[in-house]
Amino acid sequence: MATDPDIVVIGGGNAALCAAITAAEAGAKVVILEAAPKAYRGGNSRHTRNFRCMHSGPLGPLVESYGEDEYFDDLMKVTGGKTDEDLARLAIRSSEECLPWMESHGVRFQPSLSGTLSLARTNAFFLGGGKSLVNAYYRTAKKLGVVVHYDAKVTHVALDGDRVCRVDYSTGDTQHSLSPQSVIVASGGFQADTDWLARAWGPAARNFLIRGTPYNRGVVLADLLDQGVQQVGDPTQCHAVAIDGRAPKFDGGIVTRLDCVPFSIVVNRDAERFYDEGEDVWPKRYAIWGRLVAAQPDQVGHVIIDAKSLNLFMPSVFPPIKADTLEELAEKMGLPPARLRATVKEFNRACGDTSGFHPTELDGVATSGLTPPKTNWARPITQAPFYGYSLRTGVTFTYLGLKVDRNAQCSIGDRPISNLWAAGETMAGSILGQGYLAGFGMTIGTVFGRIAGKEAAAHANAH
Amino acid sequence: MQMHIDFIAEARRQSEICNACRYCEGYCSVFPALHRERAFSDGDITQLANLCHNCRGCYYACQYTAPHEFDLNLPQALANVRQDSWKAHAWPARFAHVFDRNGVAMTGLLVLGFGLIFALAQGMRPASGEGFYAYLSHGLMVAIFSPAFLLPLLTIAISLRGYWTTVGGGRLRWTDLRGAFALAGQMKNLKGGHGDGCNFEDEDRFSHARRHFHQAVLYGFLMCFAATSSGTVLHYVFGLEAPYSFVSIPKLLGVPGGILLCIGTAGLAWLKTKADPELGASGAWGGEMAFVLLLFSVSATGLALYAATGSGAVSWLLPLHLATVLTFFLLTPYSKMAHGFYRLAALTRENAKQRGDA
Repeated sequence: MATDPDIVVIGGGNAALCAAITAAEAGAKVVILEAAPKAYRGGNSRHTRNFRCMHSGPLGPLVESYGEDEYFDDLMKVTGGKTDEDLARLAIRSSEECLPWMESHGVRFQPSLSGTLSLARTNAFFLGGGKSLVNAYYRTAKKLGVVVHYDAKVTHVALDGDRVCRVDYSTGDTQHSLSPQSVIVASGGFQADTDWLARAWGPAARNFLIRGTPYNRGVVLADLLDQGVQQVGDPTQCHAVAIDGRAPKFDGGIVTRLDCVPFSIVVNRDAERFYDEGEDVWPKRYAIWGRLVAAQPDQVGHVIIDAKSLNLFMPSVFPPIKADTLEELAEKMGLPPARLRATVKEFNRACGDTSGFHPTELDGVATSGLTPPKTNWARPITQAPFYGYSLRTGVTFTYLGLKVDRNAQCSIGDRPISNLWAAGETMAGSILGQGYLAGFGMTIGTVFGRIAGKEAAAHANAH
Repeated sequence: MQMHIDFIAEARRQSEICNACRYCEGYCSVFPALHRERAFSDGDITQLANLCHNCRGCYYACQYTAPHEFDLNLPQALANVRQDSWKAHAWPARFAHVFDRNGVAMTGLLVLGFGLIFALAQGMRPASGEGFYAYLSHGLMVAIFSPAFLLPLLTIAISLRGYWTTVGGGRLRWTDLRGAFALAGQMKNLKGGHGDGCNFEDEDRFSHARRHFHQAVLYGFLMCFAATSSGTVLHYVFGLEAPYSFVSIPKLLGVPGGILLCIGTAGLAWLKTKADPELGASGAWGGEMAFVLLLFSVSATGLALYAATGSGAVSWLLPLHLATVLTFFLLTPYSKMAHGFYRLAALTRENAKQRGDA
């Protein structure tokens, strides 16, 4: 390469693009190194659909208001308190100014999607979804002169003391090196590297499905951690949900989700129930079922519903397995038929008065004398035909990452690395210790992407 | 009516994936209609296909397009069903295959039409008459063009009745029809939901180019049609015969209308060369392009004929223009022109559904 850019951004998703655009607007010459080919550019952002946003009054597509404390409380509930309050509040407070920034950089929003009305106040939905957001940002970046290299796999980020001196990457069989003033890492977690997941989780992880991009293999993350860059998070923590067991190994995205658990019983390989299916409304519980299923034999669960519940949830991409009797359903799903019959019988006997059944509210229609109980929406499974779905753990992204400060800057030992910043999923563990709040990943990516871009440009401009 | 089962099945497969995703809900009329259903009958798929304006917003926003294994290409899947539905509802059915051979049919009709009208103009030249009536008498023109105009409209009406049955339409209501005309008039479905336009000529870039050129075609065509209609009224009601001066209703409508139609069709043809053909109906590109060029010829020869008033060129320009018009009329039920009628029917049906009419 004839001249080195001011800034190299590693990664090509939302956080990387927000960083690149911000830096380019500050006058820096920016190169994006995106590991994926153009068709798969954008990392996990391709599959996202909304942005959780604080707002003091109606804002864009968002109704009413959503204040900092409520937002923070929602976050604390799902993470069980394992949250860096300082950085979380920074992300929450900055989210409000992000929404107009996103619009002025090409992102378009739409009213909350049908079937997601519970999010109309808190989450702004992208018109066309995350890939359209990614497309808009690539268009904007191009206009600002940002150079994008696709299929550009970073192999090594060379550190010299407390600064990055070189970024090595390959395109096909060709090796390249760049020596920019500033480097921003926004290349996600390591979830697509099954071996790494298996080292952290044990062999069970080989049965996990990866909901997003197959390109987030944590190569840059591992390279930096090996060199002593400060890490954060537990390698077993991740955003994981229970998805349709027939989903592809990678990249199944939103359509593989199943919303039927609250109206079902969920059994394991041995046709035994293992958790309260009706603990809370699904948007507040979907993120724990990934780990619940992961803890079962063969890391698989089976949802059983009957005819009266079939139309109570959003359709998913694969049709349910259907049978006229429970035994036939068990045969088709590879479950022990007698055992399934017994589990259903026991469940049905524990069901009581179902007249208060209400599919969209906590209705208190519960079982009695059953372990584990089902505390809402407990209706006996009696009406043929019966339907089944298999469930597997679907990992969205891992939380082990780079520790950053309020400036999105990375550190080594106790000192900041003078020219290395991180944004997005690769540093989300700095904020999220466990659990997940819908739309918060895009908030972290946008807020810290913009901070990283600004800081990296200021550093580059000063040198 | 017999439709291609593979096209319907493929569109159904893709619609079921879209229904589980819903990210594109805000783009156009197709998605809210799609998201209302849990299962899709053949009629539902046919209706969705005719609601689709091929704006391609959903394709470029889609996380499941090839090389993803789900291999979504909803604009093409629906375009295939749409094209096939026009063939399936074509009346008389033996002309359905004309859809697949638009280029050939057009060339044939143009040559025949030109030959016929040129021969008539030479052989039955009126003894008196002004302007183009000096070449072809008014009576003869009416004898040729009345049936050439009315018969295609009749066949289209029969086709639309079949479509209405297929998509389960009930009693036609004025309010639904009015709503459909309003949507078509501003081409709201080519605005992209956010008002930035559609994706067509430059991948995922939104622009109004296609919508504006298409509006030029629509309104240019309507002005030309109004010009002819006003001429008919002047002739029969007021006894005022052509040729009309420049400051007359037929000319004031026809000249700007013709110019708009020229610009619009040229623009659409140009955009079509830029757009990805893989997002349209398989094998229909040539026929669609031929149709746009035919419409361009109608307007261009019309303007040329006006410019040539009084010169000897009228002797061949008149038959040429009339041949393009004749070809256009006769092919209306069996060419891309049909889409306007089906689109209005689909929008009308969608309005009824939104009101809650099953």
